[in-house]
Amino acid sequence: MSVFCEVPQGAPVAVFKLTQDFNNDQFTNKVNLGVGAYRTDEGKPWVLPVVKKVEKIIVHDDRLNHEYLPILGLPEFRSSSSKIVLGDDSPAIREDRVGGVQCLGGTGALRIGAEFLRRFYNGNNNTRTPVYVSAPTWENHNAVFSSAGFEDVRPYKYWDAEKRGLDLSGFLRDLESCPERSIFVLHACAHNPTGTDPTQEQWKQIAEVMMRRKLFVFFDSAYQGFASGNLEKDAWAVRYFVSKGIEMFCAQSFSKNFGLYNERVGNLTIVARDADNLKRVLSQMEKIVRTTWSNPPSQGARVVAVTLSSPELFSEWKDNVKTMADRVLLMRAQLKAKLQALGTPGTWEHITDQIGMFSFTGLNAKQVEYMVKEKHIYLMASGRINMCGLTSKNIDYVAESIHEAVTKVQ
Amino acid sequence: MSLFSDVPQAPPVAVFKLTADFREDSHPQKVNLGVGAYRTDDCQPWVLPVVKKVERLLVEDDSLNHEYLPILGLPEFRSAGSKVALGEDNPAINENRVGGVQALGGTGALRIGADFLRRWYNGVNNTATPVYVSAPTWENHNGVFTDAGFKDIRPYHYWDAAKRGLDLTGLLDDLEKAPEHSIFILHACAHNPTGTDPTQEEWKTISEIMKRRKLFPFFDSAYQGFASGSLEKDAWAIRFFVSEGFELFVAQSFSKNFGLYNERVGNLTVVSKDTENLTRVLSQMEKIVRTTWSNPPSQGARIVSKTLNTPELFAEWKDNVKTMADRVLLMRDQLKNKLLALGTPGTWDHITQQIGMFSFTGLNPKQVEYLIKEKHVYLMASGRINMCGLTSKNIDYVSQSIHEAVTKVQ
Repeated sequence: MSVFCEVPQGAPVAVFKLTQDFNNDQFTNKVNLGVGAYRTDEGKPWVLPVVKKVEKIIVHDDRLNHEYLPILGLPEFRSSSSKIVLGDDSPAIREDRVGGVQCLGGTGALRIGAEFLRRFYNGNNNTRTPVYVSAPTWENHNAVFSSAGFEDVRPYKYWDAEKRGLDLSGFLRDLESCPERSIFVLHACAHNPTGTDPTQEQWKQIAEVMMRRKLFVFFDSAYQGFASGNLEKDAWAVRYFVSKGIEMFCAQSFSKNFGLYNERVGNLTIVARDADNLKRVLSQMEKIVRTTWSNPPSQGARVVAVTLSSPELFSEWKDNVKTMADRVLLMRAQLKAKLQALGTPGTWEHITDQIGMFSFTGLNAKQVEYMVKEKHIYLMASGRINMCGLTSKNIDYVAESIHEAVTKVQ
Repeated sequence: MSLFSDVPQAPPVAVFKLTADFREDSHPQKVNLGVGAYRTDDCQPWVLPVVKKVERLLVEDDSLNHEYLPILGLPEFRSAGSKVALGEDNPAINENRVGGVQALGGTGALRIGADFLRRWYNGVNNTATPVYVSAPTWENHNGVFTDAGFKDIRPYHYWDAAKRGLDLTGLLDDLEKAPEHSIFILHACAHNPTGTDPTQEEWKTISEIMKRRKLFPFFDSAYQGFASGSLEKDAWAIRFFVSEGFELFVAQSFSKNFGLYNERVGNLTVVSKDTENLTRVLSQMEKIVRTTWSNPPSQGARIVSKTLNTPELFAEWKDNVKTMADRVLLMRDQLKNKLLALGTPGTWDHITQQIGMFSFTGLNPKQVEYLIKEKHVYLMASGRINMCGLTSKNIDYVSQSIHEAVTKVQ
């Protein structure tokens, strides 16, 4: 009799199951519009040229060794990462009230931030503080905060399926009616899965309510640079909130914008009232990190730090990022144009209105099933597609398939 | 007023504070016998030649990219990792009842294992299951299991300060008295901090009681190969337990034996009764990993995997490991001889009887303080020294300093 006999089978993570099914599919024209990773026009993964270059520099640098990093991570990585999101000239940075915790991708940054908030925010070990995540949101947000001990994870209105856009009044209503001090997980840009971001004016309204009602701001920033092609533009919301004097967290991921998915490069940026509060917060972050992974992995952080700290490499990186962002924009424009040319029922403006890797097509569950089963086009049950999965070679097939799904299936 | 104004300052992790103090010390003869990392006879960190070689191979391999690893990690790494611990030809592996979870160093493997056990072992979410750690033990064991949710962490007798050896009677007594199903953290070899391991006969007795009383063995294996120079020898206890039919966990670290401290390379080996149970366990491990770091970092795992899976590189690695183990053995030998030659009061056999990186000198806190303050020789308050900090250049100074501490301070 096994000590594990009562352990139930866990359901697979949907997005990875989708890729698995795709991999097992023998159909020649199959297309994977599921998991969020960049693909070239040949449908291949892309190691950024600047990353390849920096990896070679690192391997040939005999001054480097493999000694443990500090618990909070590589110092150059932490500071350059926080600068990237807040801006080089950020007053908060100058005032020494910004700190970073190098983490394992965006997930790790969210988890460490969540663990800290559960222990120390809104009282001690207050597991009942409500945590609000957008409806819909990245499928892992809920579980990260639950695993950190929060017992009350709730949705805030976000996506308006009817108008295929932001449900701003619903969102603002939730901000006005939630308990004070609730935590809100905000997508800094390129909302996952809808691709729909508030405008600058809308962010200002959101900030005003959040400040007035003492809500905690926790940004998830996984697509800086990748969304619009411009680092500053994609960080506008985060910087605006900081400029209003708000104390907040920002979970940064370098998985997408550096294409370093498997090296787990992330940073939790903390903006505090002053250096003293920051110091105490960081000391507690150390304790949390110590019992989770002790200290973070070096390779990815070194690649990012070297790149961000060298003007030439930084410039080359921005080019690489723009390459990716531009290809996505091109695919958006072409998909919309083809659907319009086909006369596919419905409006398709949202495909070019939305931003970043993902598009919430508006296809319903049955239509999605049709796409997957009949057309061998793999997308999430929510109708989310990864624009990066589109190429000049498959875009016609995909457009035609969407057309079929919409006209044949209701 | 800050949201963080009530956040207390956390004390620094003792071993890192020690190193920080050492760094600030300007005394020309200062010696760091604190943190557990290998040093050459020039007192430098050592990147293993085989690691350097493999890093170069990897960077030139254009077939590799940075796409996400599976949640459980690089498959070749997981299987090679488990094989190293259990032996290639282990029946349990042949019976498909062994699985690995690539984790962030030994710490990450312990944490994922602990998170799993708290959720699924001895009932569902049974936070009251006692977890026993040796007295003394690695300073982070307690914190890891506590943060995984266990409420009852207890010491088991281990170190006999009077005889400077294993308190076997006390240990066995604790095993007999522990509530059934209690979890026991066992050091596979090179016990940290005492350097004192049970003999094979003693392990057999421990195993007999654990089986009879249904106690769960959770091995912490951070020094395989590094302790005796022989991979097989250092894994004897683990393999014995597996041969006795136990279901168990092994948290493996490749930080020390590969010198890959900062790439966070670890593996949680799970030995189950059969494939079916293993499958369910691994599915739940995935859920835990997903909310902690999503999927693990690639670099270190690729290095280890390539090395273990390539016969020439594997042989070279074993050589590199033996180099480290031999230097430690030499320092042990020399330190004992010098203390004997000096006529330092007390017995010093334990220095060569103990095994691995650490030695529990038997120095008391006052004597430790003397060594640090007066002699600028840095060691842990427990009297633990890292043998790797000794070199042919400083061993005389250290022996003389120990002699002074023992004769001058009581």
